Amino acid sequence: MSDINYKEVLLKPIFKGNPVTVLVLGICSSLAVTVQLKGAFVMALSVIIVTGLSSFVVSIIRNSIPNRIRIIVQLVVVALMVILVDQFLKAYAYSISKTLSVYVGLIITNCIVMGRIEAYALGNRPIPSLLDGLANGAGYGLILIVVAFFRELLGSGTLFGYRIIPQSFYDAGYMDNGLVILPPMALILLGLIVWIQRSFQKDLQEK
Amino acid sequence: MNTNGNIYTVIYSTVLVILVAAILAFVAMSLQDKQNENVKIETITKVLTAAAQADESVTIDETTDVLKMYSEAITDAFYVNGDGAVGARMNMGKENVKDIQVPSTSDLKTQNDILKKIDGSKDEASKEELRKSLALPVFVFDINGRKVTVIPCYGAGLWGPVWGYIALAEDGKTIDGAIFDHKGETPGLGAKIAEPAFYLSFKGKAFGNGETVFAVEKGKHDDEPACVDAISGATITSQALGKGINLWAKSYQPYLQTLSVTAAADTCATALPEPAMSQTENGSNDL
Repeated sequence: MSDINYKEVLLKPIFKGNPVTVLVLGICSSLAVTVQLKGAFVMALSVIIVTGLSSFVVSIIRNSIPNRIRIIVQLVVVALMVILVDQFLKAYAYSISKTLSVYVGLIITNCIVMGRIEAYALGNRPIPSLLDGLANGAGYGLILIVVAFFRELLGSGTLFGYRIIPQSFYDAGYMDNGLVILPPMALILLGLIVWIQRSFQKDLQEK
Repeated sequence: MNTNGNIYTVIYSTVLVILVAAILAFVAMSLQDKQNENVKIETITKVLTAAAQADESVTIDETTDVLKMYSEAITDAFYVNGDGAVGARMNMGKENVKDIQVPSTSDLKTQNDILKKIDGSKDEASKEELRKSLALPVFVFDINGRKVTVIPCYGAGLWGPVWGYIALAEDGKTIDGAIFDHKGETPGLGAKIAEPAFYLSFKGKAFGNGETVFAVEKGKHDDEPACVDAISGATITSQALGKGINLWAKSYQPYLQTLSVTAAADTCATALPEPAMSQTENGSNDL
C-alpha cells in the first residue's frame, strides 16, 4: 500500500488534472465568486477545507459504509463540513460570508467534492485521501484566484480592495471595464486559461 | 461483516445522522453569540450610515469603528406607538458600546405584522388599540450639529423581506439619507436596492401628506418630491419597498408631526424656507 506517489497526488490536481480547467467541474461557483480577490480567496480556502476533510472522513469510514446508501452517506459528510465552514464564516468573517452568500452552501453540490470522494477516497487510505482532497481544492482555488485577479484588476482597478490603478489614469480617461464584472467575462477568462494550459501541455489536446 | 443488510443500513444511517446533528447543534450553539453580535453590528452600521448621509464630510467604511461612532453621534433612541407617544428607551451604549440595543429584523417584522393588521382592520376601536400597542423604533442623531431622526421600514420583497432605514432632517419631512437591505432578492435586479446608486436617490426627497407618504415608482421621478425611480427589472421588489416605506412612514406621522412643530417653533423668528422650494432645489442637484 505504500506505493502511493505523494508528489503526484499533490501536484496532479493542481496542474495536469486540474478540476476546473481539465475536468471542467465547479464552473458555476467559479463564475460567481471571482469578482473580487478577497471573496475568491475565502471561497478557495473553504473549498480546500471541505474537499480535504470530507475525503478524509469518508476514507476513514469507507469500509463500514453500506454500499446501497453510499452517496447519501457521502452527502451527509460533505453537508456537515460545508455547514461547519458556513457557521464559522458567519461568526468570524461576517462581511465576506455576506458577499459569498449562497455559494458557500452550494459547495455541497460542487462536483469536485463528491467526484473526489467517489473516485479516490472510497478506495484509498485516509492520509492520501486527505492530500488528494486538499490538492483538488487547491487546484480549484488556484483557478479562482487567477480569474479573480484579472476580474478585480480590470473591473474595479483594485486588488484585495486596495487601489492598484492610480487615479491619474482615470483622470487621463482610463475607465474600468464593466463587462469584466459580469459572469460572461469570467467564462471567457476561464476559456483563455484552458487554452493557455493546453498549448503548453500538448497531451491534453484532443485530436 | 455484511454491510449490505437492511438492519445494518438502517442502524448505520440513524447513528450517522444523530452524530452529525449533535456536532452541528453543538457548533451552532457555541457560535451563536458571535453571529448575533455580527448581525447587531450590521444593523448599527446601517442605521449610522443612513444618518451620516446628512453630512457628506462623514464617511463610513470598513475601517470605521461603528460602535464608537454610533455611541458618540446618537442623542436619543426610543420606541414610539402609533399615536406618537414615546415609550421605552434603548440603551445607546454611552457607557459601554457593548450594551448598544437595536431592534433586530425579526422585531421589525413583528411591528410590520401589527401595521398590516391596522391597515386591514375596519373596526376603529381595535385599530386604536393596535396603534397603542405599536413599538416603533426611533433613533435621533447629532451629525456635526444637524439633528437627524432615523426610522426603519420593512416590507415583503420578491423572495424574502426587504427593510431599510430612512434618515429625516429636523422637520421630520425631508429625507437626509436612506439605506436598504434584503434577505435574498435577485442579484443584479432586486438586490440593487442595497446599492448606493439606488438609496442615494432618496436624499433631498420629502414625505408627502395624505394617503401616499412616499412612493417608489416606474418612470422618471427625479423632480417629484415624494417619489423615487424604481429599479428596472425589479418591479416587485421596488413596489414592496415603496409599500413598506409608505406603511411605516404613515404610522410614524403622529410622532413626526410633533417634530415639525418643534422645528418650526425653534426657528419661528427666522423665516422658514418653503419646504417645496428646498425640495426642488435638492431635486435638481441630483440631476
